[in-house]
Amino acid sequence: MTDTPVTTASAAGSGANLTRLFERVALILVWLLLIGGFGAAMPTSFLNWGNFAILFASYAPAALLALAIIVPLTAGDYDLSVGATLTLSSCVIGVLNVWQGLPIGLAIALALLAGAAVGLVNAFFIIYVRIPSLVVTLGTTSLITGIVQWMTNSSTIGGIDNGLVMAVVGGRFLGVPYAFYYAIVAAILMSYVFDFTPLGRRLLFVGRGREVARLNGIAVDRVRLGALLTSGVLAAAAGVLYAGVLGSADPYSGLNFLLPAFAAAFLGATTILPGRFNPWGAIVAVYFLATGITGLTMLGIPLWVTNVFNGGALILAVTISQLTRGREASDIG
Amino acid sequence: MTTPENPAARPAPPVLRLDRIAKTFGGARALKGVSFEVAPGEVHGLLGKNGSGKSTLVKILAGFHAPDPGGVMEFNGEPVSLPLKPGDFRRLGMSFVHQNLGLVPSLTVLENLRLSDLTAIGRGVINWSAERRAAREALARFDVPLDPDRRIDRLSAVDRALLAIVRAFEEVRVAREATGRPGLVLLDEPTPFLPREGVEKLFTLVRGIAAHGSSVVFISHDIDEVMTITDRATVLRDGDVAGSLVTREATHEQMVEMIVGRKLARATPVRAAHAAHARPRVRLDGVASRTMRPTSLTVGEGEIVGLTGLIGSGYEELPYLAFGARAVTGGTLALDGGAAIALAELSPRRAIDLDLALLPGDRQGASGVDSLPIVDNMFLPDLGRFFTGGLLRNGRMKREARDLGAAFEVRPNDPLLKLSALSGGNAQKVLIARWMNRRPRLLLLDEPTQGVDVGTRQHIFAALRQATAGGMSVLCASSDAEQLADICDRVLIFARGAVCGELVGDQISKESIAEACYASLDRAAASSPVNGTPS
Repeated sequence: MTDTPVTTASAAGSGANLTRLFERVALILVWLLLIGGFGAAMPTSFLNWGNFAILFASYAPAALLALAIIVPLTAGDYDLSVGATLTLSSCVIGVLNVWQGLPIGLAIALALLAGAAVGLVNAFFIIYVRIPSLVVTLGTTSLITGIVQWMTNSSTIGGIDNGLVMAVVGGRFLGVPYAFYYAIVAAILMSYVFDFTPLGRRLLFVGRGREVARLNGIAVDRVRLGALLTSGVLAAAAGVLYAGVLGSADPYSGLNFLLPAFAAAFLGATTILPGRFNPWGAIVAVYFLATGITGLTMLGIPLWVTNVFNGGALILAVTISQLTRGREASDIG
Repeated sequence: MTTPENPAARPAPPVLRLDRIAKTFGGARALKGVSFEVAPGEVHGLLGKNGSGKSTLVKILAGFHAPDPGGVMEFNGEPVSLPLKPGDFRRLGMSFVHQNLGLVPSLTVLENLRLSDLTAIGRGVINWSAERRAAREALARFDVPLDPDRRIDRLSAVDRALLAIVRAFEEVRVAREATGRPGLVLLDEPTPFLPREGVEKLFTLVRGIAAHGSSVVFISHDIDEVMTITDRATVLRDGDVAGSLVTREATHEQMVEMIVGRKLARATPVRAAHAAHARPRVRLDGVASRTMRPTSLTVGEGEIVGLTGLIGSGYEELPYLAFGARAVTGGTLALDGGAAIALAELSPRRAIDLDLALLPGDRQGASGVDSLPIVDNMFLPDLGRFFTGGLLRNGRMKREARDLGAAFEVRPNDPLLKLSALSGGNAQKVLIARWMNRRPRLLLLDEPTQGVDVGTRQHIFAALRQATAGGMSVLCASSDAEQLADICDRVLIFARGAVCGELVGDQISKESIAEACYASLDRAAASSPVNGTPS
């Protein structure tokens, strides 16, 4: 990829360039500061590769979820149902593989299909019935959560096929379990689509100006449907990863990923390519939040701080981006 | 008419008196010193073509614009200090009904009627039964039988207009009860989208308001309506008062002359196209929509055809219909003698594939995305061309965008800047470059130079001429007669959703277009329904 993405900061003077550059890497710098801070407080327990390897792997489902969210967000639609879809997917694997004895490969395929179905249902009500996406996906969240409780009898299903567990956390590369690299592969694919295909550019125009997109010959409805379908499938993939990380299917804890994933999507839009939802920004943001939460937990700070941290980060991310970019329009807000 | 028998003999001062009100925008004098009076209980017409200064005057009264120093305004004989602040008009006892009516579609009649009142008073608890009673009384006073609990979006266009006027009068009435003086309702082009019988109802309402002792200023382009409803009329032309008339004593011709500025040649030649450009490029047959009556026209190769008419005549819809961008009820499109394509099956995508191009009038909402880079805006319909070897060639896009920007003199010519970084004129150059670069067979334009500076305008015209010399055809919808006179080989005049006149070659001038627009009203009324092709 020798071509530079067109979004590179423009040559409006070296001062402005430096500010732009700083904005692009600010979150990474803050992340490093955070690591330095926790490292100074806990030199041995925090600052060791093993700790980070676990952090990278255990937040891989959240990273995939953040990637799932930014697809419809770029096209101008919210998908709040990704958290529930993650849970649905991991429980479909649990029920089919453990209780029904289906082979793990087939169970995974059906789990991904379930994610696609959620995406289609969302798309139907959002695009064809024209209900705001926030309302539809809030509704499907509750709907899916109920279905999950019904099919699992509200119990955790242990004993998922070892093949999946091994594929997700069994092997390591540079000391980091494979789970992390699945998220990285997804980010690479997504940044290819976003920056180096016409589809990515069309997605952006659909999100920023539906009428502009339509009058330029873009099939707006199809693009939006595709985005919602993608977020459903990606969220289901996050669920597969989650089932592999845990080795079991938990009908409740999946929803806890929703807020950090959303916070990461918005926080990620303040970095790398500021003003746009972008995959690498989302990945950096997920692990920034993960580092904060892990560090705080290791310092013995009570559990409620996690929620405060995630929620605070979401609001702060949007605030910072509004303040620094002024009235300039962006994906955020 | 319901005016007191002899308004001139009454000692009461005029409700509104304006003396030498002027307004300069930059170097342009939109109003050169306008003076006129509105007597109590009078319905006063305010006429003038586009750009005559009508809307500037309204905006000064509404407090949107500050007039140049030196003008005098009196309300009921008392001097009013200028400039007015927004909202001052309410305190004085003036109220406006603008063309968009200012109603909230998702709320009820009652909520809309009492909305301004509630916000003005700001009391804690709303007594809904009392409000409902007051609303019923207000509606009954003018014999407008609307259900207070009906939502605005369920009302007909006529009922909405009536409601907006009743509301305006209610505001005036409240102010009158406080001051004991007559009020003034200004109706700014309330009729162009109303059916004939709706206009009658509206007139009855206006007469009712005048009978209650308030005055009405009726702003319109429609001479017949002004003749019907007003007691006197003032005509603005090029920012000046061209004259005042007592309606009863005036003729239709006198009014038109006053508006246009010279004697109207009644027999405006209307004939079929004898364009120098022989080869027809585009043939539109029976194009119809909810507002457009079946209309047929052809555009020759390299020809620029202008579409114009008065507000509400529907000319501005045609470019969108021909591009498959809005719903049609019928009609076909044929290019270069090819097979006819049903417009109902045409989509913008397909139109682009047929080498059609549309530059919408709403630049920010429909044409380009301000928050995205120039290069992406420029090549939005061409992305496929830059996708080779599995990669979108961002570098090549940037280089081509810089070349294209240079050719169209975009300043600053940095393709990576956001579109919002450019002035309106330069942004329009980017968007017109997008389409011209594709060498379309037919370029459809809607108000291509609205909000664009003079220099850019000349540049866009030059680019159009160059492209038409190469065979491109253009359909340009515009309300700007001067612009059409500058660029068009032929101008079609619309009235009531159909073509009713045509100007060709030397016949085209700023004045002849304005004349034809006004003349169109008679013809449309006389020979209604008008068929598409002029005979």
